[in-house]
Amino acid sequence: MELYSLTIHEVKELLASREVSATEVTRALLDRIAAVEKQVGAFTTLAPEMAMAQAVAADRLLAAGQGGALCGVPVSVKDVLCTKGLRTTCGSRILENFLPPYDATVVEKLKDAGAVIVGKVAMDEFAMGSTTENCAFGTPRNPWNLDYICGGSSGGSAASVAADECYASLGSDTGGSIRQPASHCGVVGLKPTYGRVSRFGLVAFASSLDQVGPLTKDVRDCALLMNVISGHDARDSTSVAQAVPDFTAALTPGLTGLRIGIPKEYFGAGLDPEVERAVRQGIATLQAAGAEIVEVSLPHTDYCVAVYYLVAPAEASSNLARYDGVKYGFRARAAETLADMYRNTRSQGFGDEVKRRILIGTYALSSGYYDAYYKKASQVRTLIIEDFKKAFAQCDVLASPVAPTPAWRLGEKNDDPLSVYLSDIMTISANLAGIPGMSIPCGFSQAGLPIGLQLQAAHFQEEKLLAVAYNLEQRLTITPPRPKAV
Amino acid sequence: MKITPEETEHVARLAHLDLSAVEVHAMTEQLDRILSYVAKLNALETEGVQPTTHALAIHNAFRADEVHSSLTQAEALANGPQQNGEAFVVPRII
Repeated sequence: MELYSLTIHEVKELLASREVSATEVTRALLDRIAAVEKQVGAFTTLAPEMAMAQAVAADRLLAAGQGGALCGVPVSVKDVLCTKGLRTTCGSRILENFLPPYDATVVEKLKDAGAVIVGKVAMDEFAMGSTTENCAFGTPRNPWNLDYICGGSSGGSAASVAADECYASLGSDTGGSIRQPASHCGVVGLKPTYGRVSRFGLVAFASSLDQVGPLTKDVRDCALLMNVISGHDARDSTSVAQAVPDFTAALTPGLTGLRIGIPKEYFGAGLDPEVERAVRQGIATLQAAGAEIVEVSLPHTDYCVAVYYLVAPAEASSNLARYDGVKYGFRARAAETLADMYRNTRSQGFGDEVKRRILIGTYALSSGYYDAYYKKASQVRTLIIEDFKKAFAQCDVLASPVAPTPAWRLGEKNDDPLSVYLSDIMTISANLAGIPGMSIPCGFSQAGLPIGLQLQAAHFQEEKLLAVAYNLEQRLTITPPRPKAV
Repeated sequence: MKITPEETEHVARLAHLDLSAVEVHAMTEQLDRILSYVAKLNALETEGVQPTTHALAIHNAFRADEVHSSLTQAEALANGPQQNGEAFVVPRII
């Protein structure tokens, strides 16, 4: 067993007993990155020197019998989270050389827990996309098959964990951007309840939907990361003053007394038969663990994508107004007037998908269209939330697929933005409702691509998600038809 | 058509984006497909439904009015593409 293929809880034991040092672990991970990164391409920026310095500091603490929950554990961070003095690009030319003057709260929490940050990982530009093909600095490949997408927008996070380039990663999820790449790369991903984790220092895409969360190799590691990053932050006015439990305490065997709802709308037309088979098998496994299975209905599911692709671009068009070439980032040269400078900077700095969403959002908010588009979408958002309230009156957790299909080939859907948008249909509604959602591996397609099972629960019920995911993980034996490509 | 090339150009101007003729054509086509798709929301009766702009019922988040440290001027200016040590510099506007 190589050091890099361990989980966090496994490597923590070795570190605590001083069988290995944090510098040895970090060196092993940096070597692993050097060996596979050319094929995987998960990172936008590597920070080997900073990582080694953090490892040395971790070793000092460990030698003194101290150190936080992640002391000496190498992790990656999605390039949407500000890291003090470490380039933060958001996958965009417009922030190509941005050096944040502060750490995001979650990055501060990682550092306080002793984590070693090995680098920043690739993402769709400003987290807009489902394939990470919209990253200005290269697209990561799926570690299971290098010809396939790793998903997105936290594609670099999922690929870096699946390729054993780090033990865990922080991603962000606005419409499925943690859960979908986790599903496509065969790792665990959790989008917490809106407000559970601070967004301070998370570069904004759609502020009413964005949430930071972990991507890990197993459920216990997910709970460990949640312990570190959760909690109220006075610097984020939307973070909630809710007590943070010890999430690892939720990992107990047996699901007796728990009701799992199966939303029938998630199993309709368009669902790949291989995905359906794997998810149904996962549900049967949960039943065997003692859970009661009930069918529920989320009647407005078919409207989620339409609501999302108005609300998210509307918020984005406002949030991205700040990129004007004045305070940070790229500025186009040789503009004669201020207005020209703004226009040239934005036109040259943003990629096509970002421009497309700014245009949709601007259109939906513009005079004469606001009621027909933005207001209408916000009203249907209320109906979607009511669907969930009714469903959670009948069950504790919802189980479904994460995405209608396994990963597809790189480049396959480049000319068809709407078809990519529609692939988000099962993940988007959790963001619209602010509820937590999780992706947990439940099988493989015959082509050897991972398939994830999605769990959703009511606000602040992450412990229920972790309990169900843990039981699935413990009971389900998943045999990949072929090994990873790296 | 839900959106014309002229409207695409108008929206681009509002968003401070320049689009080439080719981009206007492609964007208009894609926006039209997306706007035609989202029109399915019109099938739903929403008279009297409160719009949701925030999924959790949080109201104003107040904090004590205390002075905390913040970025220094040099730190705040450090990422400016053009600055003179005191302020960001932009093309002349008057």
